[in-house]
Order: sequence, then structure tokens, then C-alpha cells
Amino acid sequence: MVGRIGKRIYLYLILLFLYAPIVMLVVYSFNESRSMGRWNGFTLKWYAELFKDTEVLRALYNTLAIAVLSAIIATVIGTAAAIGIHEMKRVKKAIVMNLTYLPVINPDIVTGVSLMLLFVFTKPFTGMGLGFFTMLLAHITFNIPYVILSVMPKLKQLDRHIYEAALDLGATPFYALRKIIIPQIMPGIVTGLLLTFTLSIDDFVISFFTTGSGVSNIAIYVYSMARRGVNPKINALSTIMFLTVLILLLIVNKRMNKDNSRVKESLR
Amino acid sequence: MRRTCYAYPYLVWMAIFIVVPLFLLLFYTFTVTTHEGIRLTLEHIKRIWEPLYLMVLLRSILLALICTVVCLLIGYPVALILSGKEYSQNKVLALLFVIPMWINFLVRTYAWMSLLGRNGLIDMVMEFLHLPSVQLLYTDHAVVLGMVYNFLPFMVLPIYSVLTKMDKSIIEAAQDLGADYITVLKRIIIPLSLPGVISGITMVFMPAVTTFIISRLLGGGQYILIGNLIEQQFIVVGDWHFGSAISFVLTVIILITMGIMRKYDKEYEGGAIW
Repeated sequence: MVGRIGKRIYLYLILLFLYAPIVMLVVYSFNESRSMGRWNGFTLKWYAELFKDTEVLRALYNTLAIAVLSAIIATVIGTAAAIGIHEMKRVKKAIVMNLTYLPVINPDIVTGVSLMLLFVFTKPFTGMGLGFFTMLLAHITFNIPYVILSVMPKLKQLDRHIYEAALDLGATPFYALRKIIIPQIMPGIVTGLLLTFTLSIDDFVISFFTTGSGVSNIAIYVYSMARRGVNPKINALSTIMFLTVLILLLIVNKRMNKDNSRVKESLR
Repeated sequence: MRRTCYAYPYLVWMAIFIVVPLFLLLFYTFTVTTHEGIRLTLEHIKRIWEPLYLMVLLRSILLALICTVVCLLIGYPVALILSGKEYSQNKVLALLFVIPMWINFLVRTYAWMSLLGRNGLIDMVMEFLHLPSVQLLYTDHAVVLGMVYNFLPFMVLPIYSVLTKMDKSIIEAAQDLGADYITVLKRIIIPLSLPGVISGITMVFMPAVTTFIISRLLGGGQYILIGNLIEQQFIVVGDWHFGSAISFVLTVIILITMGIMRKYDKEYEGGAIW
């Protein structure tokens, strides 16, 4: 067909559209000049400046601390929840699963705003103002559903006879859970952990509404700087963010493909 | 001990952090605080119907629709070509279209800021070609461009995955029976790919209508879409009642869109091949 070359050109044009801005951003984060239009030579000074900026370092600390804590807590609560939900009766299970999907489909801005309302509304009772802790609670909340959605397929794959055999042989239910079920759903748990860690690092909207003055993460920092205009330091920071999330997601994706390809097929 | 109890911490958590906040949103939407106390009201909802706010609402929906249509027009051919004979084995190429979905959208939007702005790359190219410089940043065009750029992969991916799973022998059968490419496209490929198109439309329209970052960064500080209005009410103005009311209306719009989309999806499945 004549269209063969046309098709190729079309694909490459779209790829150019998708990648050109990002490539430009990365390239110009090494540019000596402040202006995007001129190339004055290679430099790492924007990266150096970035790591001298205490505000950036504090934001980085917040981002990582919240990502690690929220991923671990969400994974513990979510895994336990998945095991529990798996045993539920049909109707109850359907209700709980719909509730689980709610934060996934709700727009981020609505989730963020409603959590903000909760935190401010309860402040007189809990004494907890908007800040690090409220942001952490918000991250745990939007992360838990993703853990459940990564662990559930593993539970469906499980052979329940092994668990029953363990009970017959005198294992207590908790011992059987620890020795039989947890090891078998481990890949799902690890995927959930990595996924939630990545989602937490990547989040902007929900963090923006649930944090208070003075406490920001990297995304909020980029936003507040970008509002004031283009700045090579943000180019450098964006490059780091881009590479970090890309590497993390390649790992998660690889795991998910390996784990779930068989499950997905059997579910279809 | 029944294992369902392992889900209880989660249920308590979700009740506190998902259900209660949504009820608070409803509470703020439909109440007003006066000297005599709190009473029910519809005034916040009515306020959205003032021309000023209605315009913002309509413009957000319009821009999101334009963005969705452009994404569909650009994205469908991409999905079609990628799932075609020449490229179906090329998983790396397909992956290249998916990777941008994972880049933080702040970074993606910021990248365009520096391309479109004064002394940005586009400005430089125009100068180099001795053409008059165009101010693209802080216009409607820039906002739509930013939206299309951000959400295009969300259109390509679902259509692509439906097309790759399609039974290719149906196409061959049609061709054997004498159908030309256009007929095959119109009668077979497009109808069978509708579920992918529908989920693509939902995945593009929803974030496009709620965005406030793209409009803020590429549209400038004066540029107001519904997302910016919500942000403003909560962060700047501090009118939580009105902010909640807009969020409520936005949620309703999205639920209606999802409902319509799902209905079409169902109808399609019911009608199957006929």
C-alpha cells in the first residue's frame, strides 16, 4: 500500500510531538544560559544550585518521607483488607469493592478538596492543622485502593486447599495465613508497595489541597516556581523527577506484566 | 476467627477519609451559616448559574470537548497504525506512546511553558525565519495544546488495546467478500473498537474538565477554568460553601458523563456484531 511511508511519517511526527518538549527540557537543564533559546555551553550548575537550596532539600525530604510511610502503611492496611474482602459474601464484597473504586474514579481535585474539608473541620477536636501529617493521611487514603487492586488478583489465583490442609495438620488460622497465604500473594504485595510509592511521589493535586503553609513536596515546589515563569533550576528538578518516576514505573510495569499476564487471561 | 475481620481497619479508614469527607462536601454545598445558626440553602448552587460562573463552567466543558475531539482525531490513527500488520510485533514502539502517561503532568506542562514563552524555542525559530513573533503562551490555544499533549496517550492506549485484541479473521473475511479498506474501516474496525474509543473519551474528558494546573501555567494567572475556580474558592477566597458547591456540580457532571458513556458501552455489547 502507498500509505506505508505515510504511516511511518505520521507515527514519527506524533512521537516528535510527545517527546520534543521533554527532550528540550532535559537538554536545556544543562545549558549555561538562563534563556531556552540560546545554547551557551554545558554546565551542571543548575543541579548544583538545586542541591544547595534548603527549600528544595526540605521538599525532597517531605516527598520521600511521605512516599515511604504512606506506601508501607497503605500496603499493610490494603493487604489485610484484600484478604478480608476476598472472604466476604457476594453482596457485601460488591459494596466494598465499589467503595474501593470511588477514590480511583473521583477527580483528584474533589478528593483533595473533600479531604481538606475533613482536616480543617476536625482541627478543633484533633488539634491537627494542615501540614505534613494531613498530607500523609491523604496519601495513605488514595494509595490503599491500589494495593487492594494489586493484591486481589493474587488471592483469586490462590489454591485454597493448601490453606485447608495446613489447618487440618493443626496450624492455627493466623499461622496458616502467615506461612501459606502471605508468601503466595507476596508478588502482589510488593507490586502494590512499589506502585503506591510511585503514585505518592507523583501526586500533586491531592497534596496541594491537604498541606499547610510551609510544608511542601517536590511537585508543589515545582508548581509554585513555575507560576512565576521559566527557570533553569526547575528544568533540572523536572529532569530528575522525570527520570525517577520513569525508572520506578519501568520496574513496576515489568513486575505487573510478569505477575498478572496469566491472571488477566484467566479472568477474561 | 473469621478472616473478613482483616478488612475492618480498612473499612474504618475509608469511612473516615472517603465517606465522611464526601458528606462534608455535601454539607458545605447545601448549608449557610448565619447569626441564628446553620440552615439549609440552595443559594450556593444557584450562584453557579450567575452568568460569570456559568461562562467558566461552559468554557471548561467546551475546552475539554475540543481537547477530547482533537485527541480522538490524532489518537485513533496512531492506535490503528500501531495495531496494524507492520507494527503489531513492535512492542517498543507501542511502549513509546505509553511512557508519556507516566511523566508527571507538571513536568509535561512546564516543558511547554518554556517552549511557548517569550524567548522560547518557538519564538526563536520564528525569529530565525524572519517571521513575526507569535505570543502563544497565555492564550486558549496554549491551554488546548497543553491538554492535548497531556492526555493524548490516554486516548491512544485504550483504543490500541481493543484493536490488538480484535479478531483479525473478521477483517480478512470482509476483504474476501470484496470490501475495500474504507468499507472495512467503517463497517468492521470502527464499530468493534467503540469500547476502546469510549474509555478513551472518558479518560481524556474527565481530567481535561477538572484540570487547574494546565490552565494556570499555560493560560496565565487570569485564566479561569472550573478547576481554577475551585482552587480559588478554597485557597484564596476562603468561601468553602461555594467551593464545595462547584466541586459538587463538577462531580455530578462527571458522574453523568460516565453514566452516558457506560450506557453506550452496554448498548454496544448488547448489539454485538449485528
